[in-house]
Amino acid sequence: MSVTLAAESLSLAYDKRTIVDGLDLAVSAGQVTAIVGPNGCGKSTLLRGLSRLLAPTGGRVLLDGDVIGSLPTKEVARRLGLLPQQPIVPEGITVVELVERGRHPHHGLFKQWSREDESVVAAALEVTELVDLAGVPVDSLSGGQRQRAWIAMALAQRTPVLLLDEPTSFLDIAHQIDVLELVRDRNAREGTTVVMVLHDLAMAARYADHLVAMSDGAIVAEGTPGEIVTPAVIESVFGIAASVVADPTTGDPVVIPHRRKRDQP
Amino acid sequence: MIQPPETQPRAVERGERAADAPADTAGSLLSTGSGADASATIREIRAVRRTVRRRRLVLTVVLGLLVVGLFLARALLGDYRISFVDGIRMISGTTIPGASFIFMESTLPRACMAVLAGAAFASAGAAFQSMLRNPLASPDVLGINLGASAAAVFAVVLLGWSGMPVTLVAFAGAVAVAVTIHAFAGRGGAATGRMILVGVGLAAVLSSVVHWLLLRADIYRAQDALVWLTGSLGTVTWGEIARLGAVVLVGLPLLTVVTRQLGVLSLGDDLATGLGVRAHRLRLVITAIVVLLTASATAVCGPIAFVGFLSGPIARRLTHGRTSIPTAALVGAAMVLAADYVSAYAVPGTAFPVGVVTGLAGAPVLVWLLVAGRRSIAEKG
Repeated sequence: MSVTLAAESLSLAYDKRTIVDGLDLAVSAGQVTAIVGPNGCGKSTLLRGLSRLLAPTGGRVLLDGDVIGSLPTKEVARRLGLLPQQPIVPEGITVVELVERGRHPHHGLFKQWSREDESVVAAALEVTELVDLAGVPVDSLSGGQRQRAWIAMALAQRTPVLLLDEPTSFLDIAHQIDVLELVRDRNAREGTTVVMVLHDLAMAARYADHLVAMSDGAIVAEGTPGEIVTPAVIESVFGIAASVVADPTTGDPVVIPHRRKRDQP
Repeated sequence: MIQPPETQPRAVERGERAADAPADTAGSLLSTGSGADASATIREIRAVRRTVRRRRLVLTVVLGLLVVGLFLARALLGDYRISFVDGIRMISGTTIPGASFIFMESTLPRACMAVLAGAAFASAGAAFQSMLRNPLASPDVLGINLGASAAAVFAVVLLGWSGMPVTLVAFAGAVAVAVTIHAFAGRGGAATGRMILVGVGLAAVLSSVVHWLLLRADIYRAQDALVWLTGSLGTVTWGEIARLGAVVLVGLPLLTVVTRQLGVLSLGDDLATGLGVRAHRLRLVITAIVVLLTASATAVCGPIAFVGFLSGPIARRLTHGRTSIPTAALVGAAMVLAADYVSAYAVPGTAFPVGVVTGLAGAPVLVWLLVAGRRSIAEKG
């Protein structure tokens, strides 16, 4: 399987505080990869590094073999889409206007809105089921609708690679599933390579082909959900004891964390 | 979504086709809507875009007419009334005794300068407020106008300069403040609000400098400096109009084109980068144009209070929250035209500098904006 996005001995730091040190990662094309780990383990930082938001202090990130930092940023934007954790909700604009902004990397300074833009935006609204809300201001949407609008915008960018930073945070369980099903669906239909940061291990196990478990800025383990979601890995990554059982309907691994000793009667 | 009756057959037809291939209704991003027959979604998108565009067009036309009306009023009405036909004749070179002097040397140049200065302050303010995502962040609050003021007062009071050199010094002062803010705020300063804090701090320092200079000044020079500081169109010359006109003619379209990318930047730096916008470089370009516009306008007619600060928010209310540089420019032009008319004729026999009127009128407008803003949030709530 070909590698589309890779980190080679990548080091990332905020000011002088090193978060990720000499990390190697290869993301296979056409797969859904989930990065999991406890809060503060550097998973979002890694995603920022992979998406060129954070310049490496050492090593490099390769997108289809090109060093990402040396490519024009608009060129990268046509190949790699990105949805940060909490984008700013712009005032007043409608859902259509927001989704249209996903077409920005495909426009020049004076290039006009084209029929292709129109059909791409239409398709993005359809798959995210936002057609009926097309004329509604984004700032009046509910949390779940808003998240779908952001995803529609990222889809309108039409990139072969999509990076999502905690796309399900602040959503209830039903909306979490909606979003992740949508991601899976895009992967199945378009072959979109997806890398997402998730903190819910069970969701990651269910919706990703490949799990990357991080702790303390380093990759502790990676592999299929079956290989990663084991009591031993959970213990070493999250520092908790847990049982893993098979989902009665799908057979996916399900994590049942044990209570910590001091809480037990 | 409600379908208008005439589109029903097509919708049914689409339904049938979808039934033939049920697996692909929400199909590939490529297949949907390509070809001549537009899907319901595309019609919906077109409808939304059309509504937005039509609203913008209507707003621009209405504001444009308002500015034209106020311009004619400022140039032709007043203590000495001039007919439209006479106005045209005088512009094309005919001399009408009495009228010519008032029209060609006072009311017409003031009207022209009001439009230019209003548009320059307003577009610069709106661009900065939108770029820094903060309604406080207009160039006048950040001390860029005060940089021009301090430099100009220094030149007038201590060096005894007047005319063109003062204009140049004022320009240099504004640029110096902008560079200082940029240097102190650092690379990430624009995104984090540090630029605003540095600017407000600098504005306080500069305002003390201005006061100190005025205290030291000889009373007549202080008088001149004060008129300039309040913002006045009283001494405008055709040369100044041509210079500011050139700056506005270049700066305004440039800012309008560049600020289209602000729509993307308003989603946050991370997302903007993800969409291929180089946030830092975009901010530098916008800052340069904003400083050019603000400095040029301030250098000629002084810092006219509240225009840069209020035009952006007023324009945003009219456009339902979108940033539109042309709308803000028209609002600013209307504001200065109206204020200059009032300043010249409100109290018979006394002419105020225009800045007094914008200053007095600005405060209630600000309160209205705050109250209206809260009400609209409550309605949405």
